[in-house]
Amino acid sequence: MNVRVVAFANVREILENSPRSLDLPEGARAGEAWNALEALFPALRAHRTSVRIARNGRIVSVDESLLDGDELALLPPVGGG
Amino acid sequence: MDRERFSIVRGPVDPSCLDGLANDALGGVVTFLGVVRNRSDDGRAVLGLSYEAYEAPAVREFEAIANEARERFGEVRLGIVHAVGELDVGAVAVAVAAAAEHRAAAFDACRYAIDELKRRAPIWKKERYAGGEARWKSNE
Repeated sequence: MNVRVVAFANVREILENSPRSLDLPEGARAGEAWNALEALFPALRAHRTSVRIARNGRIVSVDESLLDGDELALLPPVGGG
Repeated sequence: MDRERFSIVRGPVDPSCLDGLANDALGGVVTFLGVVRNRSDDGRAVLGLSYEAYEAPAVREFEAIANEARERFGEVRLGIVHAVGELDVGAVAVAVAAAAEHRAAAFDACRYAIDELKRRAPIWKKERYAGGEARWKSNE
């Protein structure tokens, strides 16, 4: 299956392109998507504990199951205002 | 006009975009403007800020914050508008306005809205310094 990954701020810069598509095995969870991205972009490792993951606009845990066509957003600590 | 407004805009916020918030029944209107400063918290000269947002979820967060403000402070009308893109020193990055029957609720709701926006809205900023360096700055 395929998910769309969007990233922001320093994490977007590490991913080089955002949005980007990511191929995952059927039934993959959010944490596996992160691991796959970390394998492609080792600099992500430093952000592992600070980045939250949103699935289709809603914050989820790493155990959240994904579906084909989902949008995963990688959200570093925010800095608005 | 009598309407609330929650949005992300490209480029500096024009504070007059919230002028239509109040109506004849509301006697207190409080506006907060967040403006780009020329110094960072650690004293470096700042040329400007670059903002980006996860736009639709950010607007939904503004709406949720406004609903919470109503639960806490009673009948309050709110407007929240935040900029994305490149902003120079002096530009308005965010405008929050709260209108209520009396001033106390308007002050409380405005303060609540900007504090919660900074804490949780999916928006990010990068400081650009004299000399060409730049750095992402979180609110944590």
